[in-house]
Amino acid sequence: MNVVVCVKQIPDPADPGALDPSTKTLVRSGKLILDESDSYGVEMALQLVTAAGGGEVTLVSMAPNAEVSGLRTALAMGAAKAILVSDDALAGSDALGTAKVLAKAIERVEGADLVLTATESSDGYTGTVPEQIAGLLDLPSVTFAKKIEIDGGTVKVQRQTEAGFDDVECPLPAVVSVTAGVVEPRYPSFKGIMAAKSKPVDTLSVSDLGLDAGQVGWAGAGQSIVSITEAPAREAGEVFEDDGTAAEKIVAFLDDLKVL
Amino acid sequence: MALSKIWVLAEANDGKVTTATLELLTKARSLADTVEAVYAGGDAEAIAAQLGEYGASKVYATGDLGGALPGVPVAGAIAALVASGNAPDAILAATSYVGRDIAGRLSVKLDRTVLTNNTDLEVDGDKLVTTEPVFGGSTDVRTTFTAGGPHLVLIRPKSFAAEPAGGGAAAVETIAVPDSGSSAGAKVVNRHVEEREGPSLDEAAIVVSGGRGLGEQEKFAMIEDLAKLLSGAPGASRAIVDAGWVPYSYQVGQTGKVVKPTVYIAAGISGATQHMVGMKGSKNIIAINKDAEAPIFSVSDLGIVGDVNKVLPAVIEALKAR
Repeated sequence: MNVVVCVKQIPDPADPGALDPSTKTLVRSGKLILDESDSYGVEMALQLVTAAGGGEVTLVSMAPNAEVSGLRTALAMGAAKAILVSDDALAGSDALGTAKVLAKAIERVEGADLVLTATESSDGYTGTVPEQIAGLLDLPSVTFAKKIEIDGGTVKVQRQTEAGFDDVECPLPAVVSVTAGVVEPRYPSFKGIMAAKSKPVDTLSVSDLGLDAGQVGWAGAGQSIVSITEAPAREAGEVFEDDGTAAEKIVAFLDDLKVL
Repeated sequence: MALSKIWVLAEANDGKVTTATLELLTKARSLADTVEAVYAGGDAEAIAAQLGEYGASKVYATGDLGGALPGVPVAGAIAALVASGNAPDAILAATSYVGRDIAGRLSVKLDRTVLTNNTDLEVDGDKLVTTEPVFGGSTDVRTTFTAGGPHLVLIRPKSFAAEPAGGGAAAVETIAVPDSGSSAGAKVVNRHVEEREGPSLDEAAIVVSGGRGLGEQEKFAMIEDLAKLLSGAPGASRAIVDAGWVPYSYQVGQTGKVVKPTVYIAAGISGATQHMVGMKGSKNIIAINKDAEAPIFSVSDLGIVGDVNKVLPAVIEALKAR
């Protein structure tokens, strides 16, 4: 069982940063970390490989300036190796451009049975990349998985829905997006962290993938930002320290609104 | 300048068109001369009247998909329709499970970008411009398309008010679903519905949401109790959904549901940007949190700096006594 996991390295969400007014992209100057949303896919992949009794997990990522700190976190969890696509030409890529790069990188992983992604990244959150990757690779796909099981050449997925969940069956190879919170991502052990330092990270450029620079980055993006403006702020109301009358205040507030 | 034609990806449950679809039809009417719907399901005739009432003159229907997940077959059918020379200027879908899957697949089929998570859409000169709130809604980013149409746009539910136009039933036109081979292999074999009492999170006039500040899973019962007393719906922050305290269907925020109730009560929720996007549009917000510096207080109308485990039981008791 060989599983590819797409992972993103993002600015720390605790410090979401800002948009660069000249390039109109997210400032990514600080240290990048593994997107927490992706840690669930990494954990799921490791469990599937263990359950299958063999195989390995390969990470695929795209990042500016050859950043690897987030990849090392996932390697320390137990992934075997990583492919990192890093190239100045990638700056400004839209979701489709990103998917084109990731799909090409995934094609280089031999014998991949399953591709896992998060449902969306925590910084760009377009939520379209998993389906776009599947479309480019001409693979079937299941989004919003909360549970994944492999049964021969079929992946069985519990897929979240508005009303509850669906049991979905899909032939392998396939792309499956994993919902955050559905497994408990393991903490890398000390041994894992040490081992991660020597695990192979294959760093590739856009031309290494056989993609034309015009298909990615600003050149390939089918969109351009018109303006960035501050949204009208919501006026903050009164804030009280609870002195034992909080419940009274809340009930009076609801009463005034005539909703009781 | 108006657009000449917009397609709206219609969704329905049990023969009833979703509110998000009606919102999109209403908006599309104000932007284009012709509005048509695309629908994946076997009951297009049943919903044609509702679609027409909100402005769709025609609905292209794939028919029943036999349990296939809609992304591949519907994107294939739409791409074929576009290729036949019948392309609209734009295709709108809701940011939903179905909408995102189809838009992602379609963007590859048409080699067009898809702009996501938008809350507004306008025609500016000869350009279609979308608005996406970022950083928890503190900043609006307006974006336009640089390539030719059809432009693909995903719009967050509750971005527009749904208003009927009073049109007659949409004409139903069946469209072919091309054979997509093994890529269309994902099939639903069983559906599970989680029963919930009371109004849905989307439609409740009062929403009571709990977060990490509750301390432990068992305390979520207070949220359920208060929601029930107020005839509202319980909701949750991503933190406690990720922690497994409540199902994903409770989640309010960027990744979950957008709610705009008359009253939103945030209990033990600090107000991560993730959450704020989903509730900032509520008419009145009550926040209870231990930390006086919590961002949630910057949007609340009534803020209580205190322990939810003391305040909520007191509110519940006071309401029960009435």
